[in-house]
Amino acid sequence: MIAAFLILLVLIGGWEAYARLGHVDEFILPAPTQVATALWDDRGLLWHNLLVTAQEIGLGILLALALGALLAIVIHLSPTLRRVVYPLLVGSQAVPIVIIAPLLVVWFGFGIAPKLAIIALVCFFPVVVTTLDALAAVDPEQRKLLHTLDASRWQEFRWVEAPAALPGALSGAKIAVAVAVIGAVFAEYAGSSAGLGNVILQAIPQLETARAYAAVVLLAAFAILLFLLLTLAERLLVPWARRDTEWSGR
Amino acid sequence: MTTRLEASDREPRTTAEGHGGVALRDVRFAHPGRGRRAAPVAAVDGVTLAVAEREIVALVGPSGCGKTTLLELVCRLMEPDSGTLASAPAVLMPQRDLLLPWLDALDNAALALRIHGAGRDEARAGARPLFEAFGLEGFERARPYELSGGMRQRVAFLRTLLSGKPVLCLDEPFGALDALTRTEMRDWLGAALTREPRTTLLVTHDVEEAAVLADRIVVLTPRPARVAAILEVPLPRPRRGTDPAVVALREQALEALGA
Repeated sequence: MIAAFLILLVLIGGWEAYARLGHVDEFILPAPTQVATALWDDRGLLWHNLLVTAQEIGLGILLALALGALLAIVIHLSPTLRRVVYPLLVGSQAVPIVIIAPLLVVWFGFGIAPKLAIIALVCFFPVVVTTLDALAAVDPEQRKLLHTLDASRWQEFRWVEAPAALPGALSGAKIAVAVAVIGAVFAEYAGSSAGLGNVILQAIPQLETARAYAAVVLLAAFAILLFLLLTLAERLLVPWARRDTEWSGR
Repeated sequence: MTTRLEASDREPRTTAEGHGGVALRDVRFAHPGRGRRAAPVAAVDGVTLAVAEREIVALVGPSGCGKTTLLELVCRLMEPDSGTLASAPAVLMPQRDLLLPWLDALDNAALALRIHGAGRDEARAGARPLFEAFGLEGFERARPYELSGGMRQRVAFLRTLLSGKPVLCLDEPFGALDALTRTEMRDWLGAALTREPRTTLLVTHDVEEAAVLADRIVVLTPRPARVAAILEVPLPRPRRGTDPAVVALREQALEALGA
């Protein structure tokens, strides 16, 4: 913990020194102290917009989790759909968001809907992959055993596959946290009236680079918070699957 | 005795043995070969065997000889290629306990009751008396990963018992345990089957385990499995591995195995 804090301190110190002494214009790279000042001076504006973006990201990830888990289950249950749908899903990840973002704005307007669509789109794929892997990892012997206990296909799913898939889906959501933040900023760039992406979009042409960086710091902090929340959810929901994916180690 | 589990008649099936037995006549089975041109691999090659109701029959044979296949056939997980197989409903207890990590010990033991439609409280109430009777009292709420290997096998055995099926197919139930626990679990299983008698097919590669637990020992040949010898075990219970009669039987079985 102390080591982590020291490393962070050294990194910030290096950044400060470079920004102050490295002949870089503050409009290109503000020093951490300037970012901190902007963070404090614009706190009202930033807080208000953070709430907007946080809501988009939170709901977007929940949507991705539901959608991803559902798709994984459908693909898992039907070999035909696996052959048809899975390649399409992989293909969907190659579509640059910039191309379809305007289309989504045309369809859904400037409200929260197109933001959720974009975040879900960039986030659902890791959830599908990790959930499918978890479903495939179910021991075939386990199926035999349930069969001799007279379990139906539905009961096999309910008792074995669904609980096995849950930690997989949550792992996918943890992977998705970082891209969710990027997706939210993209979505706000494509058309928005509020949110931290919107703040960045407006701050840069106004040469308020420190404010843009302050927004980025908040986005990063929010991503960390979300990751921790998902780790907590994992602990509460799947206590049997404690793995070394936590920062604190074991 | 507070509880007595009656074999369920939920699924009435007429068998050659009538009620709770198993009868195999010239049963053959080959696993489909892996790969496109691979030939099928014969696993069971003409096994004829009759197991009476509540009889404990041990199947011993070299590893990979097809013992597990035989159990899976009895459990109707696969159909024989030829021959006839008649059996009362059979339940499998695999070598690994395969307890569900998301359920506590009591829920795991009661799994069959839940599958048969009981609610959670009802199923737990049904399983609880057995926990007390079989030395698991106090571990009802433990998660499988908190239990020792021997404890996990006990829970797995109760899960098997609570399926209510008259025939138990135990596939090397103690194969994954260390030697000390294994001996302890062997005696535990002997007592459990005395208390809750069932038609039992016990696969093992440990001839001493077979001699201590079984009414009859069926010695199988290396793959594909055929019956090499059948040894009667007319000894009183409980038996110990060191009883001279058990030791003599062990020698006989080893001889039949060709060891």
